[in-house]
Parts: sequence; structure tokens; C-alpha cells
Amino acid sequence: MYKIIRKEELAPSVKLFEVEAPLIARKARPGQFVILRIAEEGERIPLTIADFDREKGSIVLIFQEVGATTRQLGQLNAGDGIQDLVGPLGRPTHIERFGTVVCIGGGIGIAPVYPIARGMKEAGNTVISIIGARTEGLLIYEREMAAVSDELLVATDDGSRGLKGFVTDALRQVVDRGTKIDLVVAIGPVIMMKNVAEATRPLGIHTVVSLNPIMVDGTGMCGGCRVAVGNEIKFACVDGPEFDAHLVDFKGLIARQRMYLPQEKIALEHEEHRGGACRCQGT
Amino acid sequence: MSRDLNCKTRMPEQDPKERVKNFSEVALGYTAEDAVAEARRCLQCKTAPCRQGCPVEVDIPAFIKLIAEGRPAEAAASIKKVNSLPAVCGRVCPQEGQCEKFCVRGKKGEPVAIGRLERYAADYARVCGSGYCDVPPPAADAPRVAVIGAGPAGLTAAGDLVRMGYRVTVFEALHTPGGVLMYGIPEFRLPKAVVQEEIDALRQMGVEFVVNAVIGRLFTVDELLTKEGYSAVFIGTGAGLPHFMGIPGENYNGVYSANEFLTRCNLMKAYRFPDYRTPIRVGRRVAVIGGGNVAMDAARTALRLGAEHVYIVYRRTEAEMPARQEELHHAKEEGVDFRLLTAPVEVIGTSDGWVAGLKCIRMELGEPDASGRRRPLEVPGSEYELPVETVVVAIGQGPNPLVQASTPGLKTNAKGNIIADPETGATSKPGVFAGGDIVTGAATVILAMGAGKKAAAAIDRYLKEKARQ
Repeated sequence: MYKIIRKEELAPSVKLFEVEAPLIARKARPGQFVILRIAEEGERIPLTIADFDREKGSIVLIFQEVGATTRQLGQLNAGDGIQDLVGPLGRPTHIERFGTVVCIGGGIGIAPVYPIARGMKEAGNTVISIIGARTEGLLIYEREMAAVSDELLVATDDGSRGLKGFVTDALRQVVDRGTKIDLVVAIGPVIMMKNVAEATRPLGIHTVVSLNPIMVDGTGMCGGCRVAVGNEIKFACVDGPEFDAHLVDFKGLIARQRMYLPQEKIALEHEEHRGGACRCQGT
Repeated sequence: MSRDLNCKTRMPEQDPKERVKNFSEVALGYTAEDAVAEARRCLQCKTAPCRQGCPVEVDIPAFIKLIAEGRPAEAAASIKKVNSLPAVCGRVCPQEGQCEKFCVRGKKGEPVAIGRLERYAADYARVCGSGYCDVPPPAADAPRVAVIGAGPAGLTAAGDLVRMGYRVTVFEALHTPGGVLMYGIPEFRLPKAVVQEEIDALRQMGVEFVVNAVIGRLFTVDELLTKEGYSAVFIGTGAGLPHFMGIPGENYNGVYSANEFLTRCNLMKAYRFPDYRTPIRVGRRVAVIGGGNVAMDAARTALRLGAEHVYIVYRRTEAEMPARQEELHHAKEEGVDFRLLTAPVEVIGTSDGWVAGLKCIRMELGEPDASGRRRPLEVPGSEYELPVETVVVAIGQGPNPLVQASTPGLKTNAKGNIIADPETGATSKPGVFAGGDIVTGAATVILAMGAGKKAAAAIDRYLKEKARQ
């Protein structure tokens, strides 16, 4: 069992867990992820490590309740345990002094981009961060991102905070004012990462995205997370999760994310039924 | 009716029509009466030629004699002295190519059913909980050995080492020990409760299991040997990297590696979705590509998950199929449609990325290739399409690279397999031994167990030598 020592609600249905995992914390580096299984009947889901504290022996996980498993996870509280937690998995982000690095996080993707921005800053880069969400209430980690960035740009779809528009619009502003960008790191919904890739491709700016496809084991054993990168098939769990955005087959990736939509619906109904029963007992 | 001593005593099986609807074990095992009758067929040859076919050197005539005398618990204890997984071996060893191949009875008729008898003895002891693991626990100051990977090779090495008095820790990447026995081989061929009991027996003997531990990420081999305090390491990480074919359309939704398909079903219990949360999608029609045991397992699993029509697509003929006769026979009985001398060319997809069919081409056999098997050649213009919604690729696995990549000084071959002495498992790195599929490439459970056994003996010699210095 891995004990949850802190729980925070960052936005509606976006939750943060700090979990006791000293061995993982000792080895974790920006860009890596864990796979967790809540309980015996649970599925294995990957979550990026949003932060780690080697001294305290804990890691931070941030997730959005979208399916049955994340919803069930969200019901857990500080003091509860997660049955299985394995990591750190995947290759860490390649961090060095590139010059000017733009770190882009969209929605829940702001969480995993945070340790990367921090790492890039510590390595001596000028870090310009761009974070975006649908609306202000869904924007997470703004203060944390500001603290590790030389400049922070915020975009919301509805204009409730920062620029009205997408992260790509904010990126356009940075480009248009003539800032020389050496690297872009983008993490967020697949469609956002695709749009960032399309924006930087004609400019020849090296762009890295972190993929979070469906996985089972996370060690290269099943191949469920495969994605076409250039002309090669890569496994996101061991070859990634970060890849050259200009080589990733986003169309295939988007299709593969839809693999279990009907099953997810069934599982969600099943979970709601279960959750409902729990609430009844509580009242 | 007098029994024909030239034939094996039959083992009852579930009816094929019934069993395709469930995940319960197909072969039901011997009764006490069956077992004694079969054990009496053993000629108790002084030279025991059967033993040369057993990679873990079970004293076969001795345990069979005990069964014949009505002492199955003692028979199990006698096997268990050298084989930590008898209930597994009795079910999944290809005995026809091992112990039973050398049985003198086999010259005139069928060999003694050694595998079925091993299973009987092991199951008897499991159910009765007797005579199983009466080994003193290792001393608190005994040297420590780390085993990486809790599959057949690792479990065997761990069992032998703990019996020799070492303190053994097994590191497993998944959430449960067992390796391919848990994630790969289906419930209907090897019930997971049976595997679990063999693992529990090792735990009772003092083997420590650490799950969710990916070596190469959580610890490196060098860390195990230095600050973690292990005196030797055995690597048995298996063939955990699925091969794909590299044909167009392989990324469509509905194409699975056999590893993923079987892992979802066996390890994650997707056949009990949604009570178990891992989903699996099986179309009405399924094509499984490959001709080995894994392909048979995938095809039979697909039927049990509700597929109406399951094809096996294999580019050679039945004679070249690497699958065991028994598995092939079971698959046929269950109605799997074998498309032999057929190779996949392309996965056909719908516009939104789902599998709609498998384009195949007919083959004919040409001259023998490097493997000694006749090389399959395409028959020009013979392409046709199988209408399927699911494709399972079961064409083999390569070595998982995580440990090798994080261990400087550990030599590997061109395919990425660890180079190890076949007799001792010794690698290029002192104190580090390896065995099983990670060394040989994908093979059988029992060969991996044999390698684990040899490595355990070599680790014992190595540590004793080191202590003298």
C-alpha cells in the first residue's frame, strides 16, 4: 500500500495527491511517470509525476476525474492507500542549457510540465511558460509555474483569465515579438500538442511533446502504447513518453485514444452505481 | 475390460462445446485411481532414461513409485526437493519432447504420462497442504541474493537458493509475481490460483517478494550489488518485448500484440469486466497471426471472450508449427479455423481507424532456410481478405531492454539478449547471472526453469568461492 498523505482539489474534478513512495521519489526525474492500480480489481493507469520530494520520500500526482478509475481515485482521501504504484517509468526529459525554452501546459498537462520548467530553469535556461485552460476555474499551478519561469503567459478559451484564446495564440505572440526560441516543450490534450507542433513546424523550432496513451504494464511488455514516430513504431512507455513533436503521428494517436470509449462508459456506469451505494451507506 | 498397457490412462477434459464458454481449466486431472493405474505402467527402469529429458532433474521413477504405492504427498515432496513449480510443470511442460520422449514404454506404445502424474501429485499436496516446504528458514546473516523477474527462471532460482540457505529477494515489475505464468498462459490452461499457491509456498520457505519494482528504474543492478547489500544477482527478465510485423495498418484500433491481449485477460482479468476494470475488445471475428503456443492461447481466449469465428493465420504448414500438439488439438476441437500457408500483408481499416479486415496472401514452401524449415514463398496474385474486427499478433517476443540498458559491463548479443554461459548462467559481469528467455530468446517454461536451476548452483559455488577468499 502507498499512503496518500495530502489531498487537494485544484479545480473542479482536478485533484492532487501527495503519496508516500520513498523509493520512487529517490529516483524520479522530470518527465517520468508512474502506473497505479487502486485495488485488486482495478486497471493500471499511467500518471505523470508532477513533483517529488526526495527528503520527504513523496511524489505528487495530479489527475482529472474523467473515467471510472480516475473518479474512483478521486474518492480516496489523505490516509487512504493505493494498492500498487510502480515507477519511475519512461525516459526523463532531456534537460540541458538550450537557451530560451518555452514550456507549454494545457489543462491537466500543466502539472507534468511544471517539474520540466523548473528543471530547465535550474539548468540556466530562460524559461517562458504558457499555460492554458478552458476557463479560469480550471487553471491549475499558475503560482508554481510563475515561480520557476522568467515569464508566464496565461490563455483561457473564454478569456476569463489572461489572453482569450489557446496556448498556440500565446505562442504566436512570443514568436511575433521576435523572441528567439531554442526549444518548445508542450504537454496537454493530444489536439493541443498537435496544434503546437503545427505552429512550430514551419518555424523550425525543435518541439518535444509528452504522450500519455493507453498503457498496461508500462515496461514495454504489451505494446498497447505504441505510436508511429517518423517511420518507426515506438512504445511511449519505454521509448518515451517524450518524442519529437514534428515526427509524431497525431492522427493515429487520437484514434487509438478512442479504443475503449464504449467500455469506459460501461465502467463509469458501474462505478457510479457502486459510488451511489457508498454514499447511501454514508447518510 | 482389461486395460491396454500400451496407452496412457486418459485424463478427463471439459467438453469442447462447453469449455469455449468458460475460463475454467480444460484438463481436469487424474483421480487417485487413474493416477495409481498410470503410475503402475512405469517400468521403474534402473537407468531412468526419462530423467535425461528433464531440465530440472526430477527423480521421475522415484515419485512415480510413490504414487503407485498410494503415497502422493511423499511423491510431491520428492519432486519439490528439486522443482519449485510441479503443479505448473505438470500442466504446461511439453513432456512429449522432454521426459516422455525418453520413456521406454514409448517405444512400443504411449509413454508413461509423467506430466499428468506430476500434476496429480502436486495438486494432491496443494489441496492437502502436506509435505511441501519443510525447509528451515535462511540464517539472519546468510548472504543475500537478488533475483530480477518472478517468472519461471527467477522462481526456480529463488527456490533453489533459499533451500541452500541464502536470503533471497525477488524483484517483480508487475503487481504480482509469476511472470508469464500469470500474464501469459491463460486461466483455462494454468489456473492462477495454482500459480499463486506455488508462489506462496516459496514465500513460506523464506523467499521475499518485492512487487512493483522495475529494476533499471527503481534500482540498478550495480546498486543491488553495492549499497543494497546483495552478494549476487540473477536476471530472469524474460522475453517481454512484443514483435510486430511491420505491415501497413498495424496501428489500427483492434490490433493487439498477443502479450497485451493475454495480459489484459489473464493478469488484469478483463474477462470479468466491468467487475474488474481493465477493458478488452474482441470483435465478432478475430485473426490470430502465428503458429506457436501463444497464438493458440490467444485464439482460444478470443473464443471464450465471445468471438464467433477465430482464424489462425500461419505462413507455413502444420508440420512446422511450433505449438504443442496438445494445444493445436485443443484449438481445433474448439473450432479455431486454421489458415495455413497464409501470410498477412496488410491490416485493412475503416476511415476512423478501426480494423475491418486482414489482407492475406497464400504461400508455398520452398527450400529449407536457416532454421532448417522450408522457407515459405508468396504465391503471386493470391491475395484475399479475411473479414475480421480484431487482429492479434503472436509472432514472438524479444528481450526486454530495461536491465541491460542500465547495467554497464553486461554484454548482450545483436538481438539484445544477455550473453551468459549456458551451463552456469554467468554473464560478463562478476556476480551477475542470467537465464531463461532473456538469454535464449522466447522458449519454454521448463527450459527457463532449467536455466534458473543451473544458475542457482553456480551462484552457490560463486559465493562459497568468494567467502574463501
